[in-house]
Amino acid sequence: MTRALAVAAVLLGIAHAAFAVEPSEMLANPALEARAEAIGKQLRCQVCQNESIEESGADLAHDLRVIIRERLKEGDSDAQAIKYVTDRYGDFVLLKPPVEPATYLLWFSPFVILAVGAAGAWLYLRRRPAPPDEPLDLNQRRQLERLLLDDQ
Amino acid sequence: MIIELGHFALILALAVALLQAGLTLTGAARNDLNLMAAGRLAAMAQFALIALAFATLVHAYFVSDFSVANVAENSSSAKPLLYKLTSVWGNHEGSMVLWVLILAVYGAAVAWFGDAMPPRLCARVLGVKALIAIGFLLFILLTSNPFLRLSPAPEEGMGLNPILQDPGLAFHPPFLYLGYVGNSVAFAFAVAALIDGRVDAAWARWVRPWTLASWCCLTLGIAMGSWWAYYTLGWGGWWFWDPVENASLMPWLAGTALLHSAIVVERRDTLKSWTILLAILTFSLSLVGTFLVRSGVLTSVHAFAHDPRRGIFILVLLCIAIGGSLALYAWRAPTLEPGGVFAPISREGALLLNNLILASCCATVFIGTLYPLFLDAVGGPKLSVGYPFFDRTFVPLMIPLLLAVGIGPLLAWKRGDVLGALQRLWAAFAAVIAAMLIAFYLSHGGPVLSVLGIGIAAWVGGAAMVELADRLRLFRAPWAEVARRALAQPRASYGMTLAHFGLAVTVAGIAASGFEQQSIALLHLGQTLPVAGYMLRFDGIGKHEGVNFTADRGDFTLLDGTRVVAQLAPERRFFPLQQQTVSKTAIHTNLLADFYLALGDPDDKGGWAVRAYWKPLVPFIWIGGVIMAFGGAVSLSDRRWRVGVAARRAAKGALPVDGSRV
Amino acid sequence: MSWRRAPYLLPLIAFVALAVYLSRGLAPGYNPELLPSALIDKPAPSFDLAGLKGEARLSNQAFADEIVFVNFFASWCVPCRAESPVLMDLARRDVIVLYGIDYKDKPEDAEKFLQQYGDPYRRIGVDENGRTAIDFGAYGVPETYAIDRTGRIRWRHVGPLTADVVTKEILPLLRELGAS
Repeated sequence: MTRALAVAAVLLGIAHAAFAVEPSEMLANPALEARAEAIGKQLRCQVCQNESIEESGADLAHDLRVIIRERLKEGDSDAQAIKYVTDRYGDFVLLKPPVEPATYLLWFSPFVILAVGAAGAWLYLRRRPAPPDEPLDLNQRRQLERLLLDDQ
Repeated sequence: MIIELGHFALILALAVALLQAGLTLTGAARNDLNLMAAGRLAAMAQFALIALAFATLVHAYFVSDFSVANVAENSSSAKPLLYKLTSVWGNHEGSMVLWVLILAVYGAAVAWFGDAMPPRLCARVLGVKALIAIGFLLFILLTSNPFLRLSPAPEEGMGLNPILQDPGLAFHPPFLYLGYVGNSVAFAFAVAALIDGRVDAAWARWVRPWTLASWCCLTLGIAMGSWWAYYTLGWGGWWFWDPVENASLMPWLAGTALLHSAIVVERRDTLKSWTILLAILTFSLSLVGTFLVRSGVLTSVHAFAHDPRRGIFILVLLCIAIGGSLALYAWRAPTLEPGGVFAPISREGALLLNNLILASCCATVFIGTLYPLFLDAVGGPKLSVGYPFFDRTFVPLMIPLLLAVGIGPLLAWKRGDVLGALQRLWAAFAAVIAAMLIAFYLSHGGPVLSVLGIGIAAWVGGAAMVELADRLRLFRAPWAEVARRALAQPRASYGMTLAHFGLAVTVAGIAASGFEQQSIALLHLGQTLPVAGYMLRFDGIGKHEGVNFTADRGDFTLLDGTRVVAQLAPERRFFPLQQQTVSKTAIHTNLLADFYLALGDPDDKGGWAVRAYWKPLVPFIWIGGVIMAFGGAVSLSDRRWRVGVAARRAAKGALPVDGSRV
Repeated sequence: MSWRRAPYLLPLIAFVALAVYLSRGLAPGYNPELLPSALIDKPAPSFDLAGLKGEARLSNQAFADEIVFVNFFASWCVPCRAESPVLMDLARRDVIVLYGIDYKDKPEDAEKFLQQYGDPYRRIGVDENGRTAIDFGAYGVPETYAIDRTGRIRWRHVGPLTADVVTKEILPLLRELGAS
């Protein structure tokens, strides 16, 4: 299925009539349904790669949405419901990569880059300015005055 | 015969590009005016030949000549005319021809306006552009040739992917490419300046119109792509941080930084080597984007069919173009005269902050996009980097930029006064408070972050207005003087105000997405569904025949109490040739909010799944993009930027010094 | 070269590093869509499925002390037709012990499919709602798993099996597991 999607040379757009959550899947309890939606939005649909299962029209995404709702109804916490999916499909399905040694570089580099850039900019701004003009000594001042007088 | 003519024209274009590179680069090295003039003619000839090749491909699609493999694979005879045309670039090979066509358009334009530039600069720019053209023409001819025949010719083509059968395909890719490929001009200017060893205010002036033009096109291209995704998708998402979207966002961020740093070069003769680096990086990021989309190294919903040979070829091109220019940079940039010193609190200081943050944002997108590949390469775990990462990194980085964009234009060059600027911005503070109160009231205390976002948008927009009022001395001087000042303002400064205001509009649209409301339900005929205070009534469902699809079309009425607001007819279209179903949403907009409706699957008891959304301010996202691009166009129309004017003034050694500008 | 020039070299160095990584992505056989199973070296999920055409139920109890392969298939799955000659060949040569799990299928369709393309399986369980497939972390059909004597999943293949996969992956795997 995945191959077929890739081969479909799609320039922009989603490769199927995406149809996300179906009315029949939704839970009657709005608080629980809202939690399920929030969880679904954090999980990547495995067969369509860049959509969350909440947004995907794929069959597997549908099954997972139903499973998450079942888990929540049975009293799972959000973390437990997410773990149910990652136990089977791995951390790959997390749209938010976990903060762990393998991802420190990912998570911290934006701010490190900003800090290094700021330090660089600061050094650049603090470059020693061109030596300030030394005050003219008496002789030079006289010379200047003479020049100015000549001009007039 | 005609398609062979196109094939031949493209081969000839390669020969002409080789000639162009030889003529211009030798001409510039020997300072031979005749050779350089011939090189300019070659640039125009190259354009004519590629245009001819492109025209033959368009012709093959128009007449549905399925003996051409590319047409047979990507088109079909029963298809609206518009989609026959757009199919030309709805596939890898055809879109590459569009890519080199646009490259040649810019090359010919540089040659055309070249009279105004120093001949050696013009020649070197054309030489670098010819080298890029050679690489990509070889890429097309050797790995992605759309001019090949099929024998025997099939009776019918395989058709265009139904998702792509949309007017969006007519505009989105051409504008995107005009933006991506347009960055090659600034790149060529940067390389030419490195060869020459000289960057000065005049250089910054010449490169500016090209940077602005491609920036405007890229802004429009991205906005259109986002809007297209929005109305096609069935649930109204407009940005997904998909690798391919990121591939277009990165050059936009770098290009925006370049636009701003070039001003510093022009006005203060400093930040030169950084500006050169940005010009190189902006186009390099366009090239890396091309590689990511077409090599298949990343997974994306947008991916083209991949072929490792193509990936290797583009990677080699990348190494030559980017590696070569960066090596030249490492060698020559240190010899550029160091610029003047400047104070942190000043206009140029603010522009430096802009560059710092935009560059960090760009780096964040880059890292987020490539990290999965990086982890894979070092044997780490398979991970996804999705929107939550960008929400937590890109967005916090953008906030200081948005705050600073209000203050920067009010700071004077050389030595600014932040407190004074903040005092002058009291009206913008008032706008922030008013906007947040209104947002809080209307959304009944909606999400805090969205209310804050609206406040930031009001800050950016309010500050842009204050800055304009300040310049015109509005309410402080007699009307006659205000009018005189308004007429005397350079267009570029209006361009800046518009672009910053457009940014505010976009930010408001993005922030307001937290206020959206949705209703998803199974509806039977005659039933109603409440959505955000409106009532949606399901009036009927019928079959509908398109040229190459059949559709279920729902009839819905949107009611406000008893008043009819709109009739909506969303469809589910089935394309038999591809065996694919596509959702066609119905959107009612009053430009302040969208009512968005998508029809889902029927159940077996006559009910239809319906998804309805009320999305306040969502049109602002794209309206803001259009205003930004319009601001860029206004700035571009400034008389002083016209290449000729810049050249004459530079020749006299005098650049106009006047009010602020962007 | 003086230290003053060093910063100007940084962009080039960064690009060289990037180019090396990008070239890794182009290495033959690299496919970003291929994901390792999260269950490798973990115990196979327990399941208990109704048998096809009234046969005995299939549960993971059946796998005791034997290297087994589990193949998810469906009659509506086109690539499954492509892989069936490979499976039939493996079954005929008695190379592997193969169980089938019929994924989201109508039993009568599955029977027709097996009549037409052959039945390489020792026994077949019916995974009507696809939950067992999800417990295995499967993306779709066809997909094949290898389970060792201790009941752990050791190998997974997404998509149709080919003769190439048999020689390059399955046979070496059998040698490895048989030796241990």
